[in-house]
Amino acid sequence: MQEMNNPSDPATQASNPMILMEKVVKRFGDVTVLDALDFEVARGEKVTIIGSSGSGKSTVLRILMTLETINEGVIYIDGKPLWHEYRDGRLIPASEAHLRTMRKEMGMVFQQFNLFPHMTVLRNVTESPMHVLGLSRQKAIRRAHKYLDLVGMMDHLDKFPSQLSGGQQQRVAIARALAMHPNIMLFDEPTSALDPELVGEVLTVIRRLSEEHDLTMLLVTHEMEFARQFSDRVCFFDKGVIVEQGTPEELFTAPQKERTQQFLKSVM
Amino acid sequence: MLFGIEWDTANDWVFAWSILPILMRGLVVTVQATLLGFVVGAILGLVLAALKGARLRVISWPAAVLTEFLRDTPLLVQLFFLYYVLPEYGLVLPAFLTGALALGVQYSAYMSEVYRAGLESISHGQTEAARALDMAPLRTFAVIILPQAIPRIIPALGNYLVSIMKDVPVLSVVSILELLNVARIIGDRTFNYMVPLTMVGIIYLILTLIASAGIRYLDDRLPRHGIPLR
Repeated sequence: MQEMNNPSDPATQASNPMILMEKVVKRFGDVTVLDALDFEVARGEKVTIIGSSGSGKSTVLRILMTLETINEGVIYIDGKPLWHEYRDGRLIPASEAHLRTMRKEMGMVFQQFNLFPHMTVLRNVTESPMHVLGLSRQKAIRRAHKYLDLVGMMDHLDKFPSQLSGGQQQRVAIARALAMHPNIMLFDEPTSALDPELVGEVLTVIRRLSEEHDLTMLLVTHEMEFARQFSDRVCFFDKGVIVEQGTPEELFTAPQKERTQQFLKSVM
Repeated sequence: MLFGIEWDTANDWVFAWSILPILMRGLVVTVQATLLGFVVGAILGLVLAALKGARLRVISWPAAVLTEFLRDTPLLVQLFFLYYVLPEYGLVLPAFLTGALALGVQYSAYMSEVYRAGLESISHGQTEAARALDMAPLRTFAVIILPQAIPRIIPALGNYLVSIMKDVPVLSVVSILELLNVARIIGDRTFNYMVPLTMVGIIYLILTLIASAGIRYLDDRLPRHGIPLR
C-alpha cells in the first residue's frame, strides 16, 4: 500500500496506470458480458462503477480478482500482465503460480460478505496473512488488530460471524481483505445485502479508507449519493462497455449520453 | 438346540426367554455386519467421490457409471456377484466377509453422493473468498470447506447406517447367521415362528430407535456452521 507517485500528477497517471484492461472480452456461453472493454484506473484513484444488472460491472471486479477468466484481451496490474505471463518475450496464458503471485495485489469485499462462519472474527482476519503470506502468529494478530480497529470491530474479536449483524460482518470482511496489504481494493456492491440502517456504518469505513490510505479502489454500488462523495471518477457501464465516464459532477449533473440519462433518472 | 443352547417350549413366554441368548448371538453377527459394511461403504464411498470429482473424464466417467450401476441394482445382485463370481477369479472369502463387502459396495454409491452433496452445499462464496485471499486450493478444501461440510455429511451417513442394519437380513441367503436367519431357523425347528419373529421385530425396533436417537444427538452437537477452528 505504499504510495510512490503523486496520484494527482497527470504525468504519472498517464504513464503508469494501476489497472489497464485492453479490449477485454468475457463471454458466459452465448452471452457476451464484456465487449472489447478498454478500462484504465490510475494509481490511488477511487473509481465507482454504476450500471444496471447484467451490464458487466461485477464481472470486471471478478475478473480482476481472478475469479473469472477472460476470453480475449489483456489486463495489466501495475504494468504486469494478470491473466497472461511472459515466456521468451511473448504473452502466454498465465499459470496458476503466476495467478497466485498476482492475486496478492488485489483484495475483494463481496456483497454476501463471505466470512468463514466456523472461525472467529480474529481468525478470519489472521488466517490468510499467516498461511499465505507466512506471517508469524504474533505479527498476524497485531496486523489483524490494526485493521479491525480501523473498521471498529475490536470489541468482537472472539465472536463468530453468526453473532454479528450484516454491517459488522462486512466491516470484518473489509479488515480481512486489508490485512493482505493489497494495492487495489475491490468492493462488489458491499452494501446491497444490508438492511438500510446498517449501510451507513460500512460506507463510513469505506470513506475513511479512501481518505486515509493511498489505495486504488474500485467500487460497484447503487449508492449514488455515496458515489458522488467518494469517487474521483464514475463509470457508467451498459451491455459490457463503458458508455460514459467522468468526475461525479460531470456524470451526475451533466450526463452526455442518453442511456446514462435514462439510467440516472431511474435510480435517483 | 442351536449354538449349544436348549430352549423350552412350555409356553410362549418361557420360550421367548429361552431363545433370547440364541437371538443375541445372531444380533452380534448383525451388528458386526452392519458396522463392517458401514466402514467399508464409507471408505469406498470416499474413493468413489474423489474419482467422480476428478478433472479427467477418463477417471470421473467410469466412476459415475459404476455409482449409477450400484444404486440401480438390488443388494442381492451385488451379494451374489461377490459370492459366486469372485471365487472364479481365485478370491474366496468367508461368507460373512463377502456379505459385509456386498453391503459396503452397495452403500458406497449412496455415501459417495452424501460426500459430494455435502461438499457442494457449501456456498461458492466461501471458495471465492478463500481465492480472493490467495489461499491454496488444498488448504481451502481442508480448512474452509471440509469443516463446514462435516456437520452436513455425518447425519446423512448415520441414516445410511440404519439402512444398512435393516438390509443385513438379505445376507441370510448366503447362510450368514444374522438375527433374522437365526429366528427363522428356530421357527423351522419348533414350528413356532410367531415368537422368534416378533422378538426380532422388537429388537430391530429398539436398535433403530437407539441409532436414530444417537444420530439426532450428533446432529445437535455438531455446530451448524462448521467445526470451529481455534
